[in-house]
Amino acid sequence: MSTETPSRLQKMIKAGHFAVTSEVGPPRSADGAVIEQKANLIKDYVDAINVTDNQTSVCRLSSLAACIRIKLMGLEPVLQMVTRDRNRIALQSDILGAGSYGINNILCLTGDHQHFGDHPNCVNVFDLDSTQLIQTVRLMRDEGRLLGGHEFGARPQMFIGAAANPFAGPNVEMRVVRLAKKVAAGCQFVQTQCIYNMDTFKKFMKMVVDRGMHEKVAILAGITPMKNVGMAKYMQKRVPGIDVPDDIVKRMGGVPKENQPEEGIKLAVEQIEELKEVEGIRGFHIMAIEWEEKVPEIVEKIGLYPRPKIG
Amino acid sequence: MIKAKEKPLNEVIDMVKDLKKVLIAGCDGCVTVCEAGGAKEAKVLAAALRLFFTQEGKKAEVDETSLTRQCNKDYLQELQDRIDNYDAVVSIACGCGVQFLAEMYPTKIVYPGVDTCFMGVTDERGVYSERCQACGRCILAETGGICPIARCSKRMLNGPCGGSERGKCEINPDVPCGWELIYERLKTLGQLDRFENPVAPKDWLTSRDGGPRKIVREEIQI
Repeated sequence: MSTETPSRLQKMIKAGHFAVTSEVGPPRSADGAVIEQKANLIKDYVDAINVTDNQTSVCRLSSLAACIRIKLMGLEPVLQMVTRDRNRIALQSDILGAGSYGINNILCLTGDHQHFGDHPNCVNVFDLDSTQLIQTVRLMRDEGRLLGGHEFGARPQMFIGAAANPFAGPNVEMRVVRLAKKVAAGCQFVQTQCIYNMDTFKKFMKMVVDRGMHEKVAILAGITPMKNVGMAKYMQKRVPGIDVPDDIVKRMGGVPKENQPEEGIKLAVEQIEELKEVEGIRGFHIMAIEWEEKVPEIVEKIGLYPRPKIG
Repeated sequence: MIKAKEKPLNEVIDMVKDLKKVLIAGCDGCVTVCEAGGAKEAKVLAAALRLFFTQEGKKAEVDETSLTRQCNKDYLQELQDRIDNYDAVVSIACGCGVQFLAEMYPTKIVYPGVDTCFMGVTDERGVYSERCQACGRCILAETGGICPIARCSKRMLNGPCGGSERGKCEINPDVPCGWELIYERLKTLGQLDRFENPVAPKDWLTSRDGGPRKIVREEIQI
């Protein structure tokens, strides 16, 4: 976390507060007003708003355009960037573009395979991977250079983030080493995959802390509230890399249908309260999928509202 | 070796249906090993086309042959005396053979009879899988002898991604996660330090991205 940037998210973490972030998924149309509506729902309850980059390989309004819109609203975007669709020329070009608008947070991702999306027969690029994208942003920010060697003046001031998935296997240990690789590349903050298996996550965090990695990278725990038992089952069976233990499915299914959304929020709040006590956790990334309106309620219930004022 | 699979018969029929004399040219190299384009398959394809023409009531001749290697001019030359007897040749060699044959006989129509798929190995008879993408600068020394470019669906050099589950790739539960294989192998070899060090962006210029490639070795040229 050494390099300081104008990022409000970075300042919040540095000041020792639990950071709160959430995300906005852009629409599958040119309707920019949707971004503003979604951002307005959560803006007072989060420190920064992630904008997903063609998530699950479904073509959407661009992450950069949506981030610029959020920035122009006076809010703090986190530019999610995947390496699936663009080569190093296009990626660096967009990073410079984001820098020119004062976008100060980037989340470097490889991206889902296009196989999942709405254009499964397209070419994928993967000129770089997520770790190399981190290296690239760091080079541009700290040395004012492109990968091709060109030196430039105005540098993009990026707080550099990445994802971590302790649940993807084959074992937690490898996932810790994998995070260490990203940290060595220059990653300053991490937003984790949604956490449901608390035992596995705590094991992961213990290994992170034992290596002293929590001093170098701020870990924001990923939380996705369940809307109903159907969603719990779907995530358990169908979403790659997500580990939903049976007792969570059982708990969601154990209440009447009309009470399931409330139970899902209750569960998310309990998870966050438990995670607050885990050493190395510096904040929460609340991914309320197509349920953004619930973010304020969750943030209030976990006692993290109002958000501290940071310059 | 290069792995290929036979084109659907209808696709081949569509190419030759209006012709009178067709030669099916197999190759005794890679496509014979994967049983897609050798002498045996040339015989079978020729028989199938003859049956088609008979059923359609069309008078057409279909002959078959197989060359030692269609990626070599010396062997392609063997067709010199007879190729003009045919309206077209269906080459069931890999894409290299089809093109080299067409290059050698510029006025002859040459059709492909197989789909060339990848460079790979024979897991067992009838099962082949990819191992190399010919990126032009081998990194197998760093990755425990398992290639992330060929074996990872996202050709990550710092894998695995967050989508693998129980050792399988996110695209298909039958596809092993290449990076988990690499991790396990490096662990066995006591080389996990290689896994932990970030690998810098790759120079893809020696791969297909640099344009059509060529090797010139003057020391062995005649």
